[in-house]
Amino acid sequence: MSSIIQVKDVVFRYEGEEEPVLNKTTLEIEQGAFVVILGHNGSGKSTLAKHLNGILTPDEGSIFVDGMDTRDYEKLLDIRRTVGMVFQNPDNQMVASVVEDDVAFAPENLGLPPDEIRARVDEALKLVDMYEYRLHAPHLLSGGQKQRVAIAGVIAMRPRCIVLDEPTAMLDPAGRHEVIGTIKRLCRMNGITIVLITHHMNEAIDADRVFVMSNGKVVSEGTPKEVFSNVESLKAEGLTVPDTAELLYELKLAGFEFPAGTLTVEECARAISSALK
Amino acid sequence: MPIIKTEALTHVYSKGSPFESVALENINIEIAQGEFVGLIGHTGSGKSTFVQHLNGLLLPTNGRVLMDGADINSSKKLRHEIRFKVGLVFQYPEYQLFEETVYKDISFGPRNMKLSKQEIDERVREAAGFVGVPESLFEKSPLEISGGQKRRVAIAGVIAMRPDVLILDEPTAGLDPEGCESILNNISDYRRATGATIILVSHSMEDIAKISERLIVFDGGHIVMDDSPMEVFSQADRLRSIGLDVPVVTDIATRLRELSIYVPECCYTVSQLRDAILSLKKGGSSC
Repeated sequence: MSSIIQVKDVVFRYEGEEEPVLNKTTLEIEQGAFVVILGHNGSGKSTLAKHLNGILTPDEGSIFVDGMDTRDYEKLLDIRRTVGMVFQNPDNQMVASVVEDDVAFAPENLGLPPDEIRARVDEALKLVDMYEYRLHAPHLLSGGQKQRVAIAGVIAMRPRCIVLDEPTAMLDPAGRHEVIGTIKRLCRMNGITIVLITHHMNEAIDADRVFVMSNGKVVSEGTPKEVFSNVESLKAEGLTVPDTAELLYELKLAGFEFPAGTLTVEECARAISSALK
Repeated sequence: MPIIKTEALTHVYSKGSPFESVALENINIEIAQGEFVGLIGHTGSGKSTFVQHLNGLLLPTNGRVLMDGADINSSKKLRHEIRFKVGLVFQYPEYQLFEETVYKDISFGPRNMKLSKQEIDERVREAAGFVGVPESLFEKSPLEISGGQKRRVAIAGVIAMRPDVLILDEPTAGLDPEGCESILNNISDYRRATGATIILVSHSMEDIAKISERLIVFDGGHIVMDDSPMEVFSQADRLRSIGLDVPVVTDIATRLRELSIYVPECCYTVSQLRDAILSLKKGGSSC
C-alpha cells in the first residue's frame, strides 16, 4: 500500500506563542487505512488535523497529501478535495435549512452540473444511511444524524480521505455507534481513508493503526494491540486503554497470565475463561 | 423530607403552536439530601428540560417542583433563592466565561448573593480549591488558559455559591481520560466535604457507573427506569432499545457468565469485575 498523507518533521506555533504546538511531528497515513490519533488535551492532535488539508500550514517541515505540498497555494483546492474534515460540533457545520441542500453545498461550490450534484448528494446520503431524511430540517435531527449529514457533505466531494476531529464527543451512545459504524463502513467498503481523532479508547479497537501524540510529537504508534499493551506508558501520557485491556492489565498485576493483544469483549472474556480453567 | 420533589411535572414546548411538543410528561420523583444521582437518556429524551426545571429556568406547563417542601415557583422570592440553592453547570460551560479575570468570573455568583467582600474571597478560594484551579491563575484572563482549566473555572463559579444541589450536564465531554477522572473526583470531593446532593447528566455509561448511586433513565419525556446502577445495567437490551448502552465491563461480565464463569450481576466497573474474578480464582464468590 502507498501512503496518502506524509507528515515530516512538522513544527508549528500559533501566532504570538513561544512553545510550538507541533514539535517535529512525523507520521504517514496509508491509503485506505482506518487510523486513530490519540493524545491528551493540548497534545497537538487538533492542530495536526487542521494541517492535513491545508487549513494550517507548517512553519518547518512538510506535509504531502497525495504528493501535493500543502504549502503550495495552487494545489490547495485539490488538497481540500482529497481530504475532507468533520468537526466535533455538528451544529457548527450545518449551512442550509434542508438536509439535501446542506450536502449539496460542497459540490455546488465545485461548480458541477446539476445532474451530477443530484447524483452525488443522493449517493452520499445513502452511504451514511440518511437518504430518507433528505428533505428534513437539520436542526430537528439527533446529534448522530446531524454528524452523519456532515459526513455526507464531505463525501459529496468524493474525497479519498476524511479527517474527523472528535466527531462523537457530543453524542449519546446510539449516536456514537451510528457515527463510528458509518466511518468504518466507508473505510472498509468504499476504500476511503479515515483519520479519527478521539478520546474514546474503545473507538480505536478496530483501527489499522494508532498514533499517540504528546507535546506535539508522535510518542507511540502501532496496531491497537501493540499500542494498548503499553498500559503504563499510556497512563503516563494522561490516557487510558480500553476497559477490556485495563481489566486484563489489573488481573495480570494480581498474578494472572494472558496472551498479549486482547482487545474485544469476546477475546477478553475467552482469555479470562481459559485462565480460570 | 426529600430535598427535591416533582409532582406531575409536565413541560410542553411551543404550546398552542403547530410545533407543540411534549418534552416531559407527568414526572413524579423524589431526591433525598446528599444523594448522588446519574441521569441518562438519549439526545431529546427530556433530561435537560428536566434539570432546567430544578432551578426555575423553565416553568412547568403543569405540575410542581418542590424544594424542601416549598413550591419553587410559588413566589418571586423563592424563585430568586432557588438559583443559589441549586447550581446548574451547563454543557461546555467554558463558553460562558465572560469576566476579565478568573477570580472575577468565579466570584460572579457570590457577588450576586450580596455577600461581604471577605466572604466572597473565602468562597472563591474554596471553590477554586475543590476543582483544582491554582491561585496563580486568578489574575489571568479566562481566554488565556487551557480548555480543561476553563471548564474547572466555570464549575468553580457555580460551586462558589455553595449550592445544596449541584447539577452538572456532561461535565466531562471533550476532555481527555485524565481530565475526566480528575473532574469526577473533584465532584465527589465536593459532595463528601459539603454533603451536597449531586445530579450528573452524562452520555458516558462508564462515568455514570463509576460514581452514581442511583440512576434515572429518561426516554420520550418519561422516566422509564429509576434504580441502582446494578439493576439498571442488568437490562442491557432495554437500554440499547432506547439509544443507550451498558458499560463495556457489563458486556464482559455477561459474556463470562455465558462461558460458565459466574461473576455476579453487580459488576459494572473494572475494579468490581477484577475483584469478582480474583475471588472466583480463590474459590469464593462475593460481590
